[in-house]
Amino acid sequence: MGDRRPVNALSKALRSDAGRGLTLVSPALIYALLLLAAPLAVIVLFSFWTQNFLTIERVFTLDNYRTALTDPLYATLMQRSISIAGMVTAVTVILAFPVAYYISFYVRPERKSLWLFLITIPFWTSYLIRVFLWRVILAFDGPVNGTLMGFGVIDQPLPWLLYNATAVVITLAHAFAPFAILPIFVALEKIDRALLEASRDLGESPAMTFLRVTLPLAMPGVLAAVLIVFIPTVGDYVTPRLVGGSGGTMIANMIYAQIFDLNDRPMGATLAVLAMTIVALTLIWAISRVRLWLWLGGRISGRARLLVLAAPVAEIALIGWVIGQGPAIFGLIPALLALAGAVLVSSAAILFSVPRGRFAV
Amino acid sequence: MTDAPLIEIEGVEKYYGDYHALRGITAGIGAGEFFSLLGPSGCGKTTLLRAIAGFEDISAGRILIAGRNMDGVPPNRRPTNLVFQSYAIFPHLSVAENVGFGLRRAEMSTADKRRAVGEALEMVGLGQYGGRAAHALSGGQRQRVALARALILKPKVLLLDEPLSALDKKMREQMQVELRRLQRQVGITFVLVTHDQEEALIMSDRIAVMFEGEIAQLDAPEALYRRPASRKVGEFIGMMNFLPAQVGVSGVTQGGIAVEVAGLGPTVLQSAQCPGAARPGAAEVGVRPESLTVLFDEGTPAAHRATGRVDEITYYGDMTYYEITLEGAPKSVQVSARNMPGRRLLDRGETVALAWDPSSLVLFC
Amino acid sequence: MTARPLFIFAGLYLLVLYAPIVLLPLFAFNDGTVIAFPLQGFTLDWFAALLDTPALHDATLNSLIIAVSTAVFATTLGLFAARAATRYRFPLKGGIVGFIMLPLVLPEVIVAISLLVVLMQIGIDPGLWTIILGHTLISTPFAIAILQGSFSNMDNSLEEAAIDLGETRWGTFRLITLPLVTPGIVASLLICFTISLDEFIIAFFLSGNAPTLPVYLWGQLRFPARLPVVMALGTILVALSVILLMIAETYRRRGLRRAGLKDTGGFL
Repeated sequence: MGDRRPVNALSKALRSDAGRGLTLVSPALIYALLLLAAPLAVIVLFSFWTQNFLTIERVFTLDNYRTALTDPLYATLMQRSISIAGMVTAVTVILAFPVAYYISFYVRPERKSLWLFLITIPFWTSYLIRVFLWRVILAFDGPVNGTLMGFGVIDQPLPWLLYNATAVVITLAHAFAPFAILPIFVALEKIDRALLEASRDLGESPAMTFLRVTLPLAMPGVLAAVLIVFIPTVGDYVTPRLVGGSGGTMIANMIYAQIFDLNDRPMGATLAVLAMTIVALTLIWAISRVRLWLWLGGRISGRARLLVLAAPVAEIALIGWVIGQGPAIFGLIPALLALAGAVLVSSAAILFSVPRGRFAV
Repeated sequence: MTDAPLIEIEGVEKYYGDYHALRGITAGIGAGEFFSLLGPSGCGKTTLLRAIAGFEDISAGRILIAGRNMDGVPPNRRPTNLVFQSYAIFPHLSVAENVGFGLRRAEMSTADKRRAVGEALEMVGLGQYGGRAAHALSGGQRQRVALARALILKPKVLLLDEPLSALDKKMREQMQVELRRLQRQVGITFVLVTHDQEEALIMSDRIAVMFEGEIAQLDAPEALYRRPASRKVGEFIGMMNFLPAQVGVSGVTQGGIAVEVAGLGPTVLQSAQCPGAARPGAAEVGVRPESLTVLFDEGTPAAHRATGRVDEITYYGDMTYYEITLEGAPKSVQVSARNMPGRRLLDRGETVALAWDPSSLVLFC
Repeated sequence: MTARPLFIFAGLYLLVLYAPIVLLPLFAFNDGTVIAFPLQGFTLDWFAALLDTPALHDATLNSLIIAVSTAVFATTLGLFAARAATRYRFPLKGGIVGFIMLPLVLPEVIVAISLLVVLMQIGIDPGLWTIILGHTLISTPFAIAILQGSFSNMDNSLEEAAIDLGETRWGTFRLITLPLVTPGIVASLLICFTISLDEFIIAFFLSGNAPTLPVYLWGQLRFPARLPVVMALGTILVALSVILLMIAETYRRRGLRRAGLKDTGGFL
């Protein structure tokens, strides 16, 4: 009997809810640990090493980071990636909201899934082909130029349609459109329609009801949409390659070039780590500020409100100044570390102290 | 062994982490009994039912069914069947397939199985519904299918987890009577979990009232209603008025307990009317609304009288509830009166005489 | 805001969403070597050209092998994980599930290069297997999302009822759980197959000398003369994806009906 006790204890633990759950989730977890966490850790490790022709120099160094942060080429690419992704996110979310709103509020319940299905179909078709089609559409001899010339609007094909940042934004915005609709739709569906009637009953106009009830309640979906669009677009490779030209190249193309063309894997790893870090910081900053505005917005009024709304603009200017001038004054690494630290600490402070309310992501 | 109950629950404890869900439950449930577990939500009644069914491990104590310890016996090997609160009708199977589900492993010919299913459906009044798709049934019909599906296996015990809570009022009242009839017909022990005291009173042979993981009182419905073991039980089952009282210093004698009740005056109660030990000092007396009789004719002789003023009237059709402040009582009491032909309703502010009987009082010390 | 302007907006939105895809068949059947309007007339030449391109056949075979394996692996992993996520409570649940779902938002380039660097460092040559590994990683979250829907539509007490009626755990799984989740499994297999079939970045980074269809297609984009053939191939790929999706959607709805539930939305 004494021998069997531990076995019993083990089998009992495995039979418990927690035990069964962990057992079932473990294959997927171990798989993700081996093929995602471990490789990501290796990338971080690589970023502190250097490439010496064909061999990897396994000595800890910050050289890669110094190069990546000082060389204006990388800085330009990083900046462009962020701003292109930012524009794509803004365009997709702003255009997606009315569609999600229409489906949620005006489409009859039994037709909703048909609408959603129609919107998701393009998303499931080959991304490569969709991007490539935009190259065809915007091409020098493509349908847009052809049609415009056919109607006599222009005499010469517009050369600026393709191979620049605008083309990248258009293509990405089109490719990621369904991503933005789904989370916003889900958030809108969750809104109890009685709340809207209550607001009207309490004397608010339809427009104010939208601003004071619908929009705040839809905010979690909007934030989710921002995340889902922003993160993948920052790291997009295909679109800049196919429609971006030299003016539309983004960071992923440089990472690829470092690894495959220049055979400098540590540098590629460094750029990847930097990209992830910057994306993470940007998002944490954005989420915490949005939560703060929404919270403050409901609490103060009049002049003070304008001040609060202006604060982020000032903050962006300050961050821009630190990035521009900081390295010269404080040294590169200290300035950027301090900036990253300040963003992290202030965002964490906001996220922990401002009540989450209904604005959870 | 001959007289041992069918289900013996001995010192059962259940912990969920730090939460103490069942605190030393001991009870015996007899063969053929209709037994109810009654209590507010979170009192542990469903946990106890699921422990009997085998869906919850117990932390301490033991449960015996027909003399056999159920520890480690999985639900599929216990002589119990459960009717789930949601009914758990398999949506992808027909009504007949649902009812015959448990017979799959039985050593019977297909024809016998079919006959058994037919009989079970007949028993719950769904004889024509065998071929229907299960998800097309109404709430009441699902309930019947769930019953037939459990009873077809002829369990020693049928466990019912709030089986009527999803039905509307009319349907619920109809099913209460029907369940009782069914139980007498098949003679199987029924253990019912419910939070509806009326339902428990109507259907049960005995009721265990549970609060916070403990059995507060286990009794037949009438005893439970007439002699609640605590103020809490009295409040939970039916309506009960509580009046402040004073147990006299000379108090507890062989002849009874001398009590001064606010609004009713001095009286002597039997020791059986006081659950627990009576001791001199401040106490409370519980009295049901129907134990105070409005004297519509002031001249009616009554051994014990009280006077009060009507504050509020609630009319129910067959009954009227009067909120009356008795003279000398700090707060009002509810008094019920049957509305009989020729009997008028009292007016607000009217002063009325009430008759009462000491034997209907319960003393809580 | 009122319904009409919103409806017009939503309609235009759909139109723009589909516009590029509509071009595919237009030019795939167009009898001209240049991808431009006006159209030149109908031809099946470009589809015929697909038939006698051996490299394309190899790529198709590669893609099929990868997509089938990915669908099976991702759905299997997803089945267990979705079951755990919907049915059980366990420590760090939110973190664990969130981590498994991470590839859903991570840029594929990051996933691809990190895998590539590790594989190269270990000394494993890129090939079919490495693509399958990568595709399984990014498809599993989709499988989990779909199957989670199936599992959460299923009342827990159904399984308890089966056990209570004398079935074993295995019998319960076979007679109750599986029939009710099967539509979800089929949908998950189809979706994961589609994702793998269309995926480019990971296949591009990890393919070595075993190109998949999208990788082959990418190579062809450099040759203007091959563009009509690319359009034909694209038409087939998109048509295949749409057909698979429709089947998946049909199964998802069947599953809902079986569970006796109302339809509330699409995947995810």
